Amino acid sequence: MDNIRALIVDDSSVMRKIVERSLRQAGLGFAQVLEAGNGAEALAAVRETKFDLILCDINMPVMDGLEFVKSLSGVENAKGVPVVMITTEGSEGHVVQALSAGASGYIRKPFTAEQVKAHVLPVLAEKP
Amino acid sequence: MNYIPADLNSATGRDSWIPTVQLAAQEVFSLMLGCKLEIPEEPPAEEGLDITSMVGLAGRLSGILAVRCSSRSAARMASRMLGIDIDKVGPEMWDAVGEICNMIAGNFKNKIIGLGDGCMLSVPTVITGADYSLHSLVNDEVRTVLLFEGEPLVLSLEVHN
Repeated sequence: MDNIRALIVDDSSVMRKIVERSLRQAGLGFAQVLEAGNGAEALAAVRETKFDLILCDINMPVMDGLEFVKSLSGVENAKGVPVVMITTEGSEGHVVQALSAGASGYIRKPFTAEQVKAHVLPVLAEKP
Repeated sequence: MNYIPADLNSATGRDSWIPTVQLAAQEVFSLMLGCKLEIPEEPPAEEGLDITSMVGLAGRLSGILAVRCSSRSAARMASRMLGIDIDKVGPEMWDAVGEICNMIAGNFKNKIIGLGDGCMLSVPTVITGADYSLHSLVNDEVRTVLLFEGEPLVLSLEVHN
């Protein structure tokens, strides 16, 4: 995990810190963790930087998580980068919508560090 | 704990939602804050509740889920969520209470079959101060009080029929 670069996207700064802490508690101490407050900020960050993993909320102002994931299809830096949604919108319909939009995984809030690990490790392992 | 309400927009039987609201909140506090919300034996005094967080619901169920607590409780919640000392908590306590309300609303609706996909949540709004009146198009309320570290935490689901 030493060379993994992750992006956490959530409009709540508290939630971004909780996700980062959960990653550390789960033993996933990444080399670099950057944050974005909505999909538009995240899209700008992805255009600038090649990430290995993106963890993204759905309900956000400016650009929501589903629109952000769809927007990634046209970004060279985003090719092969797994996106795991972390959201309160945990219904089956939302999961299908997120996976159809291009997400690789889905974590429902509230969550534990172990749940974050259980969802993140497989998508990192599958990463080309 | 999942069940299918006979009619989401009928006031009949809404009191039966109280255990679901309580469970939704208890799970959020247990998983995200590492603490237990207690159900009080006697209704506690609701004084000094100067923080209100609200999340709007729209769709098959329309209304507002609100969480009310004191500033001291909000700071304790933020302290637990961020893993920092309570005296280092600043404005992030509003963000913390907003997220808690958001997670309780999401957890609640995901426990009721038919609401998960049929009800959207707004981003949270947080009000500070206790001297305000809220006027919304609601005509029914499901309300419960839990104890967070001995202090009242008022949960209300105001429903627009």
